Amino acid sequence: MSVKEDLYYSEDHEWVREEEDYLVIGVTDFAQEELGDIVFVELPEVDEEFDKDDSFGVLESVKAVSDTFIPVSGRVIEVNEDLLDNPELINDDPYGEGWLIKVDPADDSELDELLSAEEYAEFIEEE
Amino acid sequence: MKKTPLNQVHKNMGAKMTDFGGWEMPVEYTGIIEEHKAVRNKCGLFDVSHMGEILVSGKNAKKSLQKIIANDLNKLEKGKIIYTPICKEDGGIIDDLLVYSLQDDQFLLVVNASNIEKDYNWIKEHLLEDTTAENLSANYAMVALQGPNSKKILTQLTDIDLNSLSYYRFREAKVAGVNMIVSRTGYTGELGYELYFEPEEAEKMWDELMEAGSDFGLQACGLGARDTLRLEKIYALYGNDIDESTNPFEAGLGWTVELDKGDFIGRKKLIDIKENCCQRKLTPFVIRGRGMARHGYEVYAGEEKIGEVTSGSYSPTLEEGIGLAYLKSEHTEVGSEIEIKVRNRKIKAEVVKGPFV
Repeated sequence: MSVKEDLYYSEDHEWVREEEDYLVIGVTDFAQEELGDIVFVELPEVDEEFDKDDSFGVLESVKAVSDTFIPVSGRVIEVNEDLLDNPELINDDPYGEGWLIKVDPADDSELDELLSAEEYAEFIEEE
Repeated sequence: MKKTPLNQVHKNMGAKMTDFGGWEMPVEYTGIIEEHKAVRNKCGLFDVSHMGEILVSGKNAKKSLQKIIANDLNKLEKGKIIYTPICKEDGGIIDDLLVYSLQDDQFLLVVNASNIEKDYNWIKEHLLEDTTAENLSANYAMVALQGPNSKKILTQLTDIDLNSLSYYRFREAKVAGVNMIVSRTGYTGELGYELYFEPEEAEKMWDELMEAGSDFGLQACGLGARDTLRLEKIYALYGNDIDESTNPFEAGLGWTVELDKGDFIGRKKLIDIKENCCQRKLTPFVIRGRGMARHGYEVYAGEEKIGEVTSGSYSPTLEEGIGLAYLKSEHTEVGSEIEIKVRNRKIKAEVVKGPFV
């Protein structure tokens, strides 16, 4: 199970990567491992706005349905369309090709409330 | 939680474990899709020791069971197995099970884990004189070896001629030196065997089978793959597709009800049900829109609610969403367009002819 440095994490098992003008959001390796083979992904529309902790999508594995919760408030500027035909990218590469959405954040200070890689590693240790 | 004799083996293998009706069972080892495909193409090994075994024996064993089950024991001679429901007076299904004919006056019933106590009590209550029922569930470990390579794997460990063991027959035999019942049955729709033996031998048997299967692509499989495999073949799952509120005819199990064999519990009502069959039917469908159907989701034709999904999953073989739903009979024709309500929107689905695979 890998936890990547230089990302922010939520207790709902999402990660956030900071780019220059936007944030990239995905689910963690721990989350995809727990879910098992992901076979269907439901993502929001571009320009949809969400408040922190809103459900913004759904991941379905063979056995289970799981909501994804947005770790920061903001407007969706892009969704990962590749996942619609290849949802297994989330299992194969959760921190890379398996990203879910890109967001224009409403409030940069919300990032400070998230967990660091080290804190998240400790958190899943306890789960 | 209750544990099977193979609990530690699963954990050592890194299986993801879950609570299945009070039993701590493996859901998957390396992934449901991979395990599913192993069974369809090569072979899989499942721990199904949670299943229950009830022995009915005595002078009136056969007579008693003829009253209790819906199928006809006269189809059964020594060494054969039948699949049958047990029904209540109102035709509702108490359980679905296998009956093994061990002797003329001795039958082994293999029942669903979640129904062991209920079945045992029901059977005891309805036995005729000079007949006993014993709950032997703790005396048996059970594994299922399923897939096209299963015969080649098992042959390496036993002297019996598996070619002469046909579907729904069993034999008492030694496998890897262990005494057991070798049964040509399964819940996957593939060539396969179910093995019953003493719990003390479970770890040894698991290792022997995995070792014998190593050249034949044998894969340890969990309950996740067991569920997708049975759903593709439309084998009913008790608690999902059938229960005390459903009857065998609407569930597509009419072939297991022998109304002409003489009196049995539920017969009177079942004659009635068959004549008016059926207001609703368990119906296979394939998802045509984007999404997945799950147990309990509502089914619509236009604005009208026409039923509910009982089983829904991704089919690793078809690579699309499939499911079963009880639908009003007028919507069960192959090709009918239906809609499944998924999280406040409706997705298109189509009634198909089963089985899916």
